[in-house]
Amino acid sequence: MNEAAPRPKENMGEPLPRIDGRLKVTGQAPYPADIPVNNLAHAVLVTSEIARGRITALHLDKARAVPGVIEIFTSESLHGDLEKPKFGPASTSIGPLHDTKIWHDGQIMALVIAETIEAAREAAMRVTADYDEEKPSTGFGSEGTETVAATEASKQFKEDVKAGDFNAAFASAPVTIDAEYLMPTHHHNPIELFSTTAYWQGEDLVVHEPSQNVHGWKVEIARQLKIEPDRVRVISPYIGGAFGSKGPVTPRTALVALVARRLGRPVRCVVTRPQAFTTQTYRAETRHHIQMGATQDGKITAFRHEGWEVTSRPDPYVVGGTSTTGRMYDYGSVLTKVFLVKADRPTPSYMRSPPETPYVYALESAMDEMAVALDMDPVEFRRINDATHEPIEGKPFSSRPLMECYDEAAREFGWSRRSLQPGSMRDGDWMIGMGCATAIYPANIAPCAVRIILTDDGRARVQTASHEIGTGIRTVAAQLTAEQLGLDIGAIEVEMGDTRLPAAPVAGGSNTTASVSSAIMKACGEIREKLARAAVTAKDGPFSGQDPHSVVFREGKLVAGNASQELKDIFELLGSGVIEQYSEFRPEATSPEAVSKLYKGKMEMVSGEKGEMVKYAFGAEFVEVHIHRRTREIRVPRIVGAFAGGRIMNTRTARSQLMGGMIWGISSALHEATEFDHRSARVVNRDLQDYLVPVNADIQEVTVILVPEVDKDANPAGIKGLGELGNVGTAAAIASAVYHATGQRIRQLPIRIDSLIG
Amino acid sequence: MLPFSYERAETLDDARKAVSDGGEQPPTSAAVQFIAGGTNMSDYMRLGVNRPAHLVDINPIPDSSLRTIAITESEVRLGALVRMSEVEDHPGINQRCPMLAESLKLAASRQIRNMASLGGNILQRTRCEYFRETSWPCNKRDPGSGCAAMDGFNRQHAVLGTSDACIATYHGDFAQALIALDASVEILGQAGSRRMRFAELHRLPGDRPEIETVLRPDEIIVAIAVSLPAWAARSGYLKIRDRQSYAFSLASAAVALDLSEETVRDVRIALGGVATVPWRATEAEEALKGKALTEETATKAAEIAFSGAKPRQHNAFKVELGKQTLVRALMDVGQMRI
Repeated sequence: MNEAAPRPKENMGEPLPRIDGRLKVTGQAPYPADIPVNNLAHAVLVTSEIARGRITALHLDKARAVPGVIEIFTSESLHGDLEKPKFGPASTSIGPLHDTKIWHDGQIMALVIAETIEAAREAAMRVTADYDEEKPSTGFGSEGTETVAATEASKQFKEDVKAGDFNAAFASAPVTIDAEYLMPTHHHNPIELFSTTAYWQGEDLVVHEPSQNVHGWKVEIARQLKIEPDRVRVISPYIGGAFGSKGPVTPRTALVALVARRLGRPVRCVVTRPQAFTTQTYRAETRHHIQMGATQDGKITAFRHEGWEVTSRPDPYVVGGTSTTGRMYDYGSVLTKVFLVKADRPTPSYMRSPPETPYVYALESAMDEMAVALDMDPVEFRRINDATHEPIEGKPFSSRPLMECYDEAAREFGWSRRSLQPGSMRDGDWMIGMGCATAIYPANIAPCAVRIILTDDGRARVQTASHEIGTGIRTVAAQLTAEQLGLDIGAIEVEMGDTRLPAAPVAGGSNTTASVSSAIMKACGEIREKLARAAVTAKDGPFSGQDPHSVVFREGKLVAGNASQELKDIFELLGSGVIEQYSEFRPEATSPEAVSKLYKGKMEMVSGEKGEMVKYAFGAEFVEVHIHRRTREIRVPRIVGAFAGGRIMNTRTARSQLMGGMIWGISSALHEATEFDHRSARVVNRDLQDYLVPVNADIQEVTVILVPEVDKDANPAGIKGLGELGNVGTAAAIASAVYHATGQRIRQLPIRIDSLIG
Repeated sequence: MLPFSYERAETLDDARKAVSDGGEQPPTSAAVQFIAGGTNMSDYMRLGVNRPAHLVDINPIPDSSLRTIAITESEVRLGALVRMSEVEDHPGINQRCPMLAESLKLAASRQIRNMASLGGNILQRTRCEYFRETSWPCNKRDPGSGCAAMDGFNRQHAVLGTSDACIATYHGDFAQALIALDASVEILGQAGSRRMRFAELHRLPGDRPEIETVLRPDEIIVAIAVSLPAWAARSGYLKIRDRQSYAFSLASAAVALDLSEETVRDVRIALGGVATVPWRATEAEEALKGKALTEETATKAAEIAFSGAKPRQHNAFKVELGKQTLVRALMDVGQMRI
């Protein structure tokens, strides 16, 4: 492994350790389900054992008989007090107890409330149901599914991107490939279990729940409970892994709040690991059809990408990665189409790089197949098709360091030692394969508000309702504030994850670092301006009469030339002990109301494809696999990734994000899949024994190279997100390496022993 | 989880007397059950799979024989409360019979192995997904309810020793080493003590998959005895799984070889991850005896070992994988220098 704190290169911040690291590793970070609450009642979900049909009876007597049971909420308990969730801000439109219809396996049927969690669990296990059961459809290949065009089903998915005349170009291409790829259902499985803790203070509701979008949740929870949004406070300072699973409001949250109101006491519901597989969101399984045509010398002339995505019956969640894959290379012609396949399943949602992970897996696998068809080195094939302008609208990339990433990673990896022929590299009984793929993620940015409170002792408090989901944003916020105000990072406190704080966007789309940093830079600029102006307008100070912009902030002082003045003295000049600076950052291309809308739970995120230039972060990943010639175990002794993400705020946290992404990429390639019983459309592997993720022994050498990049056109701060870049492309690199080792092209993930044997 | 009462047994006599109604039911569904390391028991109690009303904790019993690893010229005797990690760390066992130590090292995680007792380990119950989640029909958990795995998602299920009622895999690793070496177990119950071949402890599922062993509810395994011929030093355990640690086997092979030059004088083979019970491949052993150990003879033996395999929809790969695992283990062990 390379070092955890890489030395910063150009346009990179210091690798400061996480300011909350000690709290986390010593178990002192207050996660929402850990908050001590007086007089707490415990709630446990009862979920359905069928995937489609109707509940005809719920038998509660045996459950009520368990000592300590307080109440059991069912569809008869709501009395119209709870609106159904709204798909979009909520993860699904399927109400927790709103009717007796069953839409999917493990649907919430009842909520048992008891004095202890043990009693609630035992009682929940004793609830039985009678069903009027119908034959369900699991997904691809099942009878009874409904296929619809994504553009028709969802307002969010506006167009199937295209360019030129694909059909003519493909028909006349001298070299073509035509292949299908499958990525299965994935579940996030953050280590922190999902939970809701709710209590009322008079008319006001407090919700402690791990959330990636506290202001969005506030509004949707209030809507479901039919109260004013300002009555709801959502608190989520620490989040034990999210990956998109804590983005939309769950159908459980407002229900738990309603129960707390009815009982007049606090209620906590912790969702079990198995229940999370059906009551939380997941990555939709996707099927991809790709056709590609190229000239003999390797220039792509035609690219077609069709995707099919499983979703629930009522909600049209679209993964839709064709906007990215259609823009990736200089294709000549592009034709794309996305379809939804409606089945008896919960509604899927965001999971780390939601569109890019599956769609780029398919594209990059096809790129490798085409390189093989052309008998060409896959890196050189990508170089030939590198683009300065994206092919859909002909817009320039704000920067395009893709081949720099390839070249740096290839050098570190030793790609030149790879022989072209599959099956040609061996080490005893182990077949060796090497593969590579592109990583890409749009540089998104959103409106964000922040308050910075600077006191005359040189301490600052940064407040924003952003979300520390493990990326290190709390540290980056402190580091940036310290740098901007010339203070030590130890003098900065950061408060996040609370709707009482200035509004921040969802922690999604890798926008947080760019958005929060932009707001902090604005607030700090205004604080500096205020202080500098006071210093230069003072009658007999060291800076009297100077240009305020000549004053810099360093080590708790204002400095210009040889002169300096303590912060405390400037505060005295101002006649104040505190500067409280509230600032709103609004990206260009957003409406003037963008920040006020943020407070109302609506976010205007500016995506990387919008504007006169398209903005993406890029990377290249190289992987070596070893496969035993007899037993076909696949091992990954090393993986190298080089990434360019604009300004890097902290090389330690950046590396950590990218490394974690690549490890997840290995997982999606070789381990992870949610398995279904296709007769019943039910999940079979509903815990971490059977839902496999890599353990330490599976992860050997992981090398992250941060490629310096300055891209002021991406956004004024020049920051691109990294959180969702590292796991894009990894699966394709591994599938390509497996092909190189064995000559077997596996087009369905995960690639396991049974993909290669028997 | 069901409320239960708990007592700590101070002596072996206390323990066996605590289980008053030996009854006809298998120990796994008895009202009173023993707990040692608890790694399997507490997991299955939380899941509602195992629902004893009363637990008798045998950890406090002071008898040193329960905790002793005793090696002689020809035998090792392992007390039933010895923890898995103690055996895997034992230099004598690593030297005299690597297969025993390796079968433990490759199981679970070190944290679990620090807790889990040997007696409990060999009685561990299947990890069949349909067994572990109580909402599915399962003949083993709920006799007569049917087998959801048979035509369900059965990638991890057994291909050997199956029945029309159950295809659940026995996942233990240590048991493969024990059955390969024809170990025996010492058992104490209300009727006194008995000793039996380990190979007779587990029952094929047949039409009563809920009865997993020949033990009565009042019986406790107190020790495991393994004879160790000198050639057990040429042995090994190969475990193939979906990840490199902390996973049950898809296929495994415990192999010990008595070689004279190239010729196989004696051989022991057990197969894990592919059968419903600890599985010794005696016909494959016979096929190798007196022959030179080559890829050809090893492959022939592997063919014989799996000739009776009955794969289902998702586990057909286990037949080929099982054979390859055995060939690889035989060739690897054959090359060991002792």
